[in-house]
Amino acid sequence: MPSAAGPLVLARNLRKTFSSFTAVDGIDFEVRPGEAFGFLGPNGAGKTSTMKMIACASPVTGGELRVFGMDPGTEASTIKARLGVVPQADNLDLELTVRENLLMYARYFDIPSQTARQRTEELLAFVQLGERGGSRVEPLSGGMKRRLTIARALINEPDLILLDEPTTGLDPQARHLIWERLYRLKKNGATLLLTTHYMDEAEQLCDRLIVMDKGRIVAEGSPRELIERYVTREVLELRLADTDGDVLKERLASLATHVEILPERIQLHADDGEQVLERIHALGLPVERALVRRATLEDVFLRLTGRTLVD
Amino acid sequence: MIRALRLVQRNAMVFRRIWAGAIFVSFLQPAFYLASMGLGVGSLIDRGGAVLPGNVPYVAFLAPGLLAGTCMQMASFESSFPITGKMVWERNYEAITSAPMRIVDIVVGELAWVALRLLAVALVFTGVMWLFGAARTPLVLLAIPAAVLTGLAFSAPIIAYAATLKTGANFNALFRFVISPLFLFSGVFFPVSQLPGPLQTAAAFTPLFHGVELTRGLALQTLTWPAFAVHTAYLSGLLTLGTAAAVWTFTRKLRA
Repeated sequence: MPSAAGPLVLARNLRKTFSSFTAVDGIDFEVRPGEAFGFLGPNGAGKTSTMKMIACASPVTGGELRVFGMDPGTEASTIKARLGVVPQADNLDLELTVRENLLMYARYFDIPSQTARQRTEELLAFVQLGERGGSRVEPLSGGMKRRLTIARALINEPDLILLDEPTTGLDPQARHLIWERLYRLKKNGATLLLTTHYMDEAEQLCDRLIVMDKGRIVAEGSPRELIERYVTREVLELRLADTDGDVLKERLASLATHVEILPERIQLHADDGEQVLERIHALGLPVERALVRRATLEDVFLRLTGRTLVD
Repeated sequence: MIRALRLVQRNAMVFRRIWAGAIFVSFLQPAFYLASMGLGVGSLIDRGGAVLPGNVPYVAFLAPGLLAGTCMQMASFESSFPITGKMVWERNYEAITSAPMRIVDIVVGELAWVALRLLAVALVFTGVMWLFGAARTPLVLLAIPAAVLTGLAFSAPIIAYAATLKTGANFNALFRFVISPLFLFSGVFFPVSQLPGPLQTAAAFTPLFHGVELTRGLALQTLTWPAFAVHTAYLSGLLTLGTAAAVWTFTRKLRA
C-alpha cells in the first residue's frame, strides 16, 4: 500500500508502441489523491493509450507505471477493484435494464447484493436517472447513457475515476449536466483522471493537466499557469480583407507578444487586446472583423504545436 | 473460478426474459424430428429388416444421435453471434474486464453458461425420447453428460473464432459448410459404416462422429471401454484446445 500522501498514479518514461507505431513516447507524470488531473491533446496524441495502460487494459511497452503503488502487469485485479472506468464509447449492457446494468456490474466486484441495491438507487438518483431504472438502455439519449456509464463506474466506490473523453459527442446541455456531476464528485474528494480535446472541459474540471501531442508531453501545469506561461492574458482575433501573410506578419509583429497567422484569421497575443486593436486601426489596416477574448488552453496548444486541438 | 459464475449470472439475467420460449423450442425440435424421422422413416427401415447397433428399432437408434447433433447445433449457435456481439458490437467484455474479472473467468463463464443450456436441452430431449419409447432404461440418462460434452467440444473453438470476427458474415459459412454437413454425415441418421470407404475414414475424424458414438453407445449400452476412452479423449481434447485458443484470442482482442 502506498502512503497516504503517495501518488495514485506514477509514470516514469512510460511508453506504448504498437508494432510500428509509437502511441506514447516516454512520458512522466504523477496523479495525487483528491486532484482532477487531465490529459489534453488532439486525437492520436496518446491520451487513450495512457488511460488504457492505467486501467490495466493494455500492457506497458516500456518505462515504469504504478497505480496505487502497484504494477498493472501483475496486480491488475487488485488495482481494478479500486478503479472506476468510463470508456470513450459507452459499453453498457443493452440487453439489461438501466438498474440491472448497475446491479450486474456490482456482481463483478463481488459487492454484496444488499449493498449493491442500495448503491444502485443512490447512484441512479445522483446521475438523475432515478425514474428510468426499469427502462431498457437502448432508447436512452446519448447524455443519459453517458450518465449511466458514469454511475456504473462509481458502483465500487473507486479511489480513482478514469474518464476517457467524458463528453465527446454530447450536446451542450448534456455536457454541462455531466460537468456539474463530475464537479460534485470532485468536491466530495474524488480523484479524477480525464482525457479531453475540449479546452473548456479541461479548464472547467482540471486542477492540473498535461498537454500531449504525438505521444509526448509538451506542457504541464494548472490551466491558469499554462496560460500565463505560454500565452498572454488576452487574444485579439482579426480578419483582414488583405491577407498577404508575410507582409502582414512583419507589420503586426511589433504590435503584439506573438502573432499567429491562420488560414481564416490572425491571432495576436497581448495583455491588452483593445489597445492593440486601436493601433491596428490607426495603421489603417483593412479590418473586416475583430474580437478580443481571454486566452484559453486552445491558444496554449496552438502556441506549442502550431496546430489547433480539434481539426 | 467463482468469478466465472458472474458471467453465468449475467447471461441468466438476460435469458430470464426468454427462457419459456427457449424451453418450448428445445422440446418441439426433437419432438418433430422423432415423429417424422423416427416414427415415419423408422417404420420403413424397421420393416426392411435393417440390423442396427444393439438391435434396436430405428427411433431408438436415431434419438441419441439426434441428441448429440442437437447439442452441437445449439452450442455452435450460442458460441457464435452472441460472443462476437459481446466482443465487438456491444463491447460488453471491455466493460467486464474493467472490473476485476480476468479473461479466463469470462471464457470459462461462457462455457459454463453453454453447458447449462445444453444440460437443460438434453434433459428435455431425454424426456421426449421417453415419450417416443426411445428410452428404455434409466441408464439412458448417461447420454446426457456425453451430449453436453459433445456440445462443449464445439463451443470452445467457436468461441475462440467468434472473438476474432468483426461481422457475423463468416458464421453463415461455418453453419452451411461445417455444422450442417457434420449433422448429416456423422452418424446421426445412419451408421457411418454405410458410407463409402474414404468418407467413412473422414467421418471418423470429425468431432460429431465421436459425440454421436459416445452418446449413442451410452444410451443403448453398446459402448466398449476402449471406445469410451477414445471418444471422451477426443472431445475433451477439443474442448481443452478450444478453451486455450479462446483465452488467446480474447487476450489479443482485449489486451492490445
